[in-house]
Amino acid sequence: MNATAQQGVNLRARDVCKSYDGQRVLNGIDFHVERGEVFVLMGPSGSGKTVLLKHLIGLEVPDRGEILIEGQPIHSPGVVDRYRLAMVFQSGALLNSLSVADNVGLYLSEHRLHPPETIARIVTEKLALVGLKGIENKLPSELSGGMKKRVSIARALVIEPQLILYDEPTSELDPLIAVTIGAEILRLNKRIHVTSIVVTHDRELAFGIADRIALMNEGELIALGPPDQVKANPHPLVQRFLQADFRFNPESITP
Amino acid sequence: MFQNVGEILMLLWRTAWALPMTWRQRRKVFDQLFEIGNASLLMACLLSLFIGGVLALQTGPVLAERGLTSFIGQIVGLSMCRELAPAMMAMLIAGRIGSSMAAELGSMTVYQEIDALRSMNINPIQYLVLPRLVAISLALPVLVVFSILIGWLGGAVVSVYNYQIAISYEGYFNSLRDGIDLIDVVNGLFKSAAFAVVIGLVSCHQGLHTIGGPRGIGRSVTKAVANSIILILILDYFLTRLLMHLD
Repeated sequence: MNATAQQGVNLRARDVCKSYDGQRVLNGIDFHVERGEVFVLMGPSGSGKTVLLKHLIGLEVPDRGEILIEGQPIHSPGVVDRYRLAMVFQSGALLNSLSVADNVGLYLSEHRLHPPETIARIVTEKLALVGLKGIENKLPSELSGGMKKRVSIARALVIEPQLILYDEPTSELDPLIAVTIGAEILRLNKRIHVTSIVVTHDRELAFGIADRIALMNEGELIALGPPDQVKANPHPLVQRFLQADFRFNPESITP
Repeated sequence: MFQNVGEILMLLWRTAWALPMTWRQRRKVFDQLFEIGNASLLMACLLSLFIGGVLALQTGPVLAERGLTSFIGQIVGLSMCRELAPAMMAMLIAGRIGSSMAAELGSMTVYQEIDALRSMNINPIQYLVLPRLVAISLALPVLVVFSILIGWLGGAVVSVYNYQIAISYEGYFNSLRDGIDLIDVVNGLFKSAAFAVVIGLVSCHQGLHTIGGPRGIGRSVTKAVANSIILILILDYFLTRLLMHLD
């Protein structure tokens, strides 16, 4: 990897709006993420987090506004080729017709970055990093949901990205692996100063890894700042979201 | 409908632009070729045998009444290579391979595999559409060659063993040889290559534009097969006119 590839990029979302079938999903989203920052996006289901993530990596084009990487619009020619961007999808999004090894090494083999033996070694290394060994020849259909997620993370790590987007990286994972993944997000951030944007419902993960947290509701940012500042935000939706828990009063629940 | 046609033409343009990458994708082209051949060859042969047979059965007795049985080889031969083999094989492939392409790409779209490719800066046209389109464009003409040969054979068997026709093998194949030129076979192969491009493009387009879950995939498969068959029949008319004009 060259030196520039091992540094994060800064990213800016400027007044991003998006509607589907007349329904506004993103409404004037505006924020920036510094190089090497871990930026966490939280919010209730359906608040537009995943759609925003797709805009940030250039999979969707906003109706209004723009996404800038190092000051350049993401859809302008050459930007996606110049910077290494990776995304860990919520479902894993592994190619079902390929083995685990082929999935993880897909970026390297399609872009012909290394000979096959080197790719095989890198694949094994990255799989070991997410706690998976000896599954290179399995098909995605033979893996559990959590394993697919970890393979997907290994696939993103292979790119040695400058910007990595995680869509619910710890959903479907047991707490031990979830902690490992959280630590790995931070380790990657420290080691190669990758810029990380993490969408999660997991408050422990969010407050454990974030430099800054943004909270979304109905397509808008309702809170943005360092974890302590967000925790102290008096907005009722922020407080409701952060304080929701499973400690029910059994007598208050009627059949 | 017009939007679809525009999108399909765009897909054709982008795939044509990616053609120089075919060698890099050769493994996938071979995989697709194997899948098409494996899935269709036996069925294509069986279908062609009976098409040739039915053709002989329908025309033979009428010709025999008029003492024209010596023309049966020409009629079966010309019909098979100019029209029936290309059109019937195209419809068979639209049903078997087009549907499978639309389902596979549809499922990849719905389950975000296409998004994953794009996020890795891998062009889905080069990676998925190009190998399929190249493979089907090579495979369909080969299947048509098999179909023509087996169809002629089917016609011969019926012509010899049907008591109303009762012509010898020698007579049938002499008639066939007298009536068929190489250009007739080439015309059929040209048509089949055009049909293959239509099937590949329509199926890949439907797959890549799938929305919704499993129901969306089902809808894409149905539309891919129906639209392919409609376009094949429309294109068949215009290609036939063009080829007749060139003849």
